[in-house]
Amino acid sequence: MGDFNNPEADLDRFRFRIGFAAVAVLLAFGLLIGRFVWLQVIQHDFYRTRAEDNRIALIPIVPNRGVITDRNGVVLAHNYSAFTLEITPSQVGDLEATIDALADVIDIQPKDRKRFKRLLDEAKNFESIPIRTRLTDGEVAKFAAHRYRFPGVEVKARLFRQYPLGAIASHAIGYIGRITERDLKWIEESERQANYKGTDHVGKTGLEQHYEFELHGETGYEEVEIDAGGRALRSLKRIPPVSGNNLALTLDAKLQEITEQAFGDRKGSLVAIDPSTGGILALVSTPTYDPNLFVDGITPDNWKELNEHPSKPMVNRAINGAYPPGSTFKPFMALAALEMGKRTPNQAISDPGYFNFGNHQFRDDKKGGHGSVDMYKSIVHSCDTYYYMLANDMGIDNIAKFMGSLGLGQRTGIDLGKDDSGESKGVLPSQEWKKQRFKKPEQQKWYAGETISIGIGQGYNAYTPIQLAQATATLANNGVMFRPHLVQYLIDTKTGEKRPVEPKPIRDLQWKQSNVDVIRRAMVGVNKEGTGTRAFAGAPYEAAGKTGTAQVFSLKGAQYKEHSTKKELRDHALFIAYAPADKPKIALAVLVENGGFGAQSAAPIARMVIDYYLLGKLPAGAAKEDVAAIEEDTEE
Amino acid sequence: MIDIVGTLRRSWQQLIAHIDFPLLLITLAIMGVGLATVNSATWDSNHRMLSQLGNMGIAMIVMWFVARLPPQKLMRFAIPLYILGVVLLIAVFLFGIKVNGAKRWLSLGFTRIQPSEIMKIAMPLMLAWYFQKYEAVLKMKHFMIASTLLIVPFALIAKQPDLGTALLVGAVGFYVIFFAGLPWKVIIGLIVAGASAAPFLWNMLHDYQQKRILTLIDPTTDPLGSGYHIIQSIIAIGSGGAFGKGYLNGTQTHLEFIPEKHTDFIFAVYSEEWGLLGNATLVFLYTLLIGRGLIIASAAPTLFSRLLAGAITLGFFTYAFINMGMVSGILPVVGVPLPFMSYGGTALVTLFLGIGMLMSIHTHRMLVKK
Repeated sequence: MGDFNNPEADLDRFRFRIGFAAVAVLLAFGLLIGRFVWLQVIQHDFYRTRAEDNRIALIPIVPNRGVITDRNGVVLAHNYSAFTLEITPSQVGDLEATIDALADVIDIQPKDRKRFKRLLDEAKNFESIPIRTRLTDGEVAKFAAHRYRFPGVEVKARLFRQYPLGAIASHAIGYIGRITERDLKWIEESERQANYKGTDHVGKTGLEQHYEFELHGETGYEEVEIDAGGRALRSLKRIPPVSGNNLALTLDAKLQEITEQAFGDRKGSLVAIDPSTGGILALVSTPTYDPNLFVDGITPDNWKELNEHPSKPMVNRAINGAYPPGSTFKPFMALAALEMGKRTPNQAISDPGYFNFGNHQFRDDKKGGHGSVDMYKSIVHSCDTYYYMLANDMGIDNIAKFMGSLGLGQRTGIDLGKDDSGESKGVLPSQEWKKQRFKKPEQQKWYAGETISIGIGQGYNAYTPIQLAQATATLANNGVMFRPHLVQYLIDTKTGEKRPVEPKPIRDLQWKQSNVDVIRRAMVGVNKEGTGTRAFAGAPYEAAGKTGTAQVFSLKGAQYKEHSTKKELRDHALFIAYAPADKPKIALAVLVENGGFGAQSAAPIARMVIDYYLLGKLPAGAAKEDVAAIEEDTEE
Repeated sequence: MIDIVGTLRRSWQQLIAHIDFPLLLITLAIMGVGLATVNSATWDSNHRMLSQLGNMGIAMIVMWFVARLPPQKLMRFAIPLYILGVVLLIAVFLFGIKVNGAKRWLSLGFTRIQPSEIMKIAMPLMLAWYFQKYEAVLKMKHFMIASTLLIVPFALIAKQPDLGTALLVGAVGFYVIFFAGLPWKVIIGLIVAGASAAPFLWNMLHDYQQKRILTLIDPTTDPLGSGYHIIQSIIAIGSGGAFGKGYLNGTQTHLEFIPEKHTDFIFAVYSEEWGLLGNATLVFLYTLLIGRGLIIASAAPTLFSRLLAGAITLGFFTYAFINMGMVSGILPVVGVPLPFMSYGGTALVTLFLGIGMLMSIHTHRMLVKK
């Protein structure tokens, strides 16, 4: 640049720079167009999907859970619609302030706030969350008057699970509760998580858990357009939910109720089965609990009380309690002997009141013994010596083989709980079992002396009441065995179609009819002239039965005295029975924990159940517990 | 008999004497698109189309008056406007009102003004005037002085902080200096120096500015925070596809996923509903606008008018490019509206001051030559 600039040269330079700028502008706009082509053509599908995901939310519509009824249509579990007060957090500015203001209108307890907070953490923004459940009509009306003050708060009708009979049959029905991490894993493993969107309750135990995926139904959904704030603007599509299947049970609710009452405050279990189908008529485990406590989320206090109570009301004794069968084992032992040719019915032994094995003496309950005892008498009078000898003659593995075929020591596969995790196996002792059970080699060996007490249902023997009931039903049904089950059929709520659960027997043990008849006659004899006489006095039908007493505590040779033994160390009382003996309609097993002699506390319960089931009424004077000891029956 | 037709014709000719029709038609076309888009962006709640129409009317009246002023008269505004601008910027620095962490406003009691807006016009006027004054004896020292005149207001605006406006004011000032003949050696030297000073400048930026730039490089790193807006805006553009979702049918727009949708991010709204075809049309219209501006600059008779026209034209380009670049995710998000599209009266008036000046320069060129 000189002192005097040349205007012509300056203009040329300026125009060159204008041209330069024009090129730069075109390049820059070209870059923009390139960017638009990239976004709008090449990546278009990706961004279109993103925009769709942005704007559409699927709001699940939870289906009605299936209803559970007993064999006569009595409702055991159903849903009822109740009003809830719900808050949609995305539409409410200050949640705390809103809840405080609501509390002036509607009663809101700290526990409601706590639950709301918990649900809030789990929920999505656009879902409404209940702050109060089960509003009364008065509360609904009161809120309606104040509604204008609370945008984003509304009264909704929701379905709640209810168990109308309360504690009755709770161990069979089970209950539902809020879905936990563990339930979620189960649902995911079953690949049903898509169907559980929006569902917040799941079966926790019993039928509610076993038939969870039948009861649940198919979740419907509503496709709604939402804005950036998560507010639902309009519905695009609605797929209605499909209600879950109803369950019609084999259980008789009235029989169940009477049985539970018969137990009073005694702990124990009773399982009654229809021997011709395996359908369960009553499944009792006492004490029980009220499943309604769990539906809304059980309070910590209630949970603690149920869980820590010494009589363990949460344990389903019918399928989880394993007890020595005591003398109820004897008819099965006798049948095994006949089937295996180890005894004939008339073959008699001479009972001195004890059986010596090596240098150990196994004593009979009756001092001085029963004298000459054949098979009939061994069952009717429950002669221990007969079975000590029999067990010794048969050997442990023969016993295990026969009892195993009856289903003892195995899960029955009853339709309760998840898979078979809810049911105990019990213990069917055998050489193999002992090898598996113990670690040290000297413990693993089976000693022949251990077989002796197995014969009278003691020793390692431990079976659940459901196994005993199944074995009794199989005996009543001449060896044709059914899987015990509670559901008679599932009802498709849409089509009304009934789907039976258990149409076929699982096994026929092919027993010789004359052998079964011997056992039947002996078991009828028990109730006519044996240990069950008192309990079945005056029954207008013939019932086959067998009492049993299971030692809780080994007395090591000392004389057992009921009154002098602490209650929790007292023997368990058992009774198995079926009736009518010639054409059985009901077979059952009763267990009364620490009930003492089976004839005394278990048999009267069996009598009541059978009377009610067969005759539709209770035996005269049966309402109150028969406390008087039955002296002549003490030889068990 | 009075020649009514003749009088009317003369009045009409008087009225349109200083209107440049190509420029007018192009801006009207862009504003038409803008008006429709403002309507869509504000469809769901606060309708703004009529209000924007009013803004346009006022802005075009301003344009009409400015276009009638010959460039010599415009020159007279250069110094007072520049000084007023700087004084007000200093006042903002001292007494400004803080809104959202930025001190950009000055309270006049009844209303608030944003003095940086004045600088968008005052800066090119001042520098063009300055180079005109020393046209014959232009030396390196004049470039230095011009740079100082640029840097002081730039720094005051950047300090507020208002990165978008600072960039625009700085760019427009730089264009004047560039067209005045700043040697290439110096330009390249500045670029090299700028690149090497970048790390230092980086540390000078506010945290939120740094975050914006980092988010630009990868918006997905903070999808719910500072990256959210730009991600939603890119989704809007990309989901528009080749032909768009149709007018008023943009889901990103109407479901409130796009932020600032009738102002800075209006391009995302337009792009979602009109697609690549619409984008290409709009870019074409801007190209025409800039092309017309550069033709006016080339034909301008004096250095002042050349520099002013060139700088204003490239100013429009800068607005458009930065805005579309930031909304489509290739430039950092700085607060720059899309010219003639974004809602807002002040911005429109400023833009039409520029258009008016271009028209004045073009329609007065013959008079100067005579």
